[in-house]
Amino acid sequence: MSSITVLTPTGTLGYGFGADALERGMQLRPDVIAVDAGSTDPGPHYLGSGEPLVSRFSMKRELSDLLRVSRKAGIPLVVGSAGGSGCRRHVDWTVEIVREIAREQGLSFKLAWIYADVAPERAKSAVARGDVKDFEADFPLTEEMLDETIALVAQMGHEPIAAALDGGADVVIGGRSCDDSAIAAFPIARGADPGLAMHMGKILECGAFSAEPFGMDVMVGIVHDDYFLLEPGSADRRASVTSVAAHTLYEREDPFLQPGPGHSMDLSQCRFEQVTDRRVKVSGSRFIKTDEYWVKLEGVRLAGYRSISIAGIRCPTMIARIDGILGDVQAEAIRYFASNAFEIGFRVYGRDGVMGKLEPQRTITSHELGLVIDVVAPDQEFAHAVAHHVSGNLLHYHFPGQFNTSGNVAFPYSPSEIDAGPNFRFSAYHLMRLQSPLELFPIHFEDV
Amino acid sequence: MVATEKRLRDFAHIIRSKNAGPYRLTFDILFRDDASFRAVCESQAVTKDSIARLYGVPIDQVSSLFVVPMGRAIKVTLRRPIGQGDFGDTDIYGCQQHAPLLDLPIPAEEA
Repeated sequence: MSSITVLTPTGTLGYGFGADALERGMQLRPDVIAVDAGSTDPGPHYLGSGEPLVSRFSMKRELSDLLRVSRKAGIPLVVGSAGGSGCRRHVDWTVEIVREIAREQGLSFKLAWIYADVAPERAKSAVARGDVKDFEADFPLTEEMLDETIALVAQMGHEPIAAALDGGADVVIGGRSCDDSAIAAFPIARGADPGLAMHMGKILECGAFSAEPFGMDVMVGIVHDDYFLLEPGSADRRASVTSVAAHTLYEREDPFLQPGPGHSMDLSQCRFEQVTDRRVKVSGSRFIKTDEYWVKLEGVRLAGYRSISIAGIRCPTMIARIDGILGDVQAEAIRYFASNAFEIGFRVYGRDGVMGKLEPQRTITSHELGLVIDVVAPDQEFAHAVAHHVSGNLLHYHFPGQFNTSGNVAFPYSPSEIDAGPNFRFSAYHLMRLQSPLELFPIHFEDV
Repeated sequence: MVATEKRLRDFAHIIRSKNAGPYRLTFDILFRDDASFRAVCESQAVTKDSIARLYGVPIDQVSSLFVVPMGRAIKVTLRRPIGQGDFGDTDIYGCQQHAPLLDLPIPAEEA
């Protein structure tokens, strides 16, 4: 096999990349441009709401550049986890933007898109057959949980994307994809060693986060028979052994053994070498095919509707009593509404607003506190009512030794309550066994 | 002689936290040179037990600890006390949970 060069423009499509870096990267004559557009990292909201992670402006701007350079070079463009969560609405949104760009730029190509949604009935039958197991959620996936789940996707492996490429696609918009697999699909489809391609995909999927200085920018990987090379697109960055090895650890628990769809990656024998000032060589990454093919499910449920109120506290007497006062106003709200159907929480910045239970420093040393009153209730109007009641009670709370009787909290905004809309939470983060890597992921083709 | 006590930030050049999926919080401690990496490893200051104490969680909430010579790294992972985006979660990306590690005491080797 001759070498295969993959250009990844950025860590998440829509977060930007340098124009010069793209141009320099293209001079390395990539065989494919492949980029990841999402993950669970921004939380459950995007899968639940169907709202895209990035703005339409950003997506169109970046896809315009990538379509232009990839068509000019005659190489495929692969996007994984389109739109953020990779659900059907996100794939359709991205496909529609691609069509619009093609019209505007006068481009014609073979477009493929791949859905990754899982019908609730399909998941339920898998649960009934014993084909679903917990991954890290610490709760079993049950039929009841699936009834509550309003959106469910599975992470595809490299196979559906490779099938789209084998079907002649010039542009592939993938639904939810295992990040590394989306980047590795092309080299694997063209015969690259799957261990090297997958490890290279794992490092490339974050773009130039594996470079020094790191950033949302272009990264290029070149896979050979028994090693691969990494080099950033921007001349202002370099790949170093430290930056690349460090990135192998990023966002994973086990640095040596990393399971994926239909395989497990063994990175325990990896070697990293500095071959030039800006290039690192990686070898020894091993792909172990597993007998069974498990994919990761990601599902969300609608937990209610959120209203928040932001308030500042500067009075030292109030700060000294904050824990007791917040407990009182919470208890009072439960009495007032004669209900437990809502959740009330407080983020106290200046105390433990960032770390919560993990905060080791228990004494407040700040001269001011930032407070976020957080309410989730079955409907928006109720959430708003509770948040307003709590913030009002806090404003006028009386305590002994109070100097200031005109109001305990400084609201930066009017209205003091902000409706944050539906609140989604993960309801599935489990593994499901498949008979075929392709069975959940229908591929559609269109001549654009 | 009494050795002056140093902190983890005196040895490591990257100390970071991040989600590893919605239910795990993973900490990477990376070293620029072998000497610093070895000194911290040999001090045995970074253990499942010390991390549990530092974050005030039971030791069974520390799901793993790896020493990674290839990356001159120590990697520790906690179960998230609150799942990502669940009610009460304070850090959606899990990227601001590293601070207590900066000041973890690293006892110097006996002179």
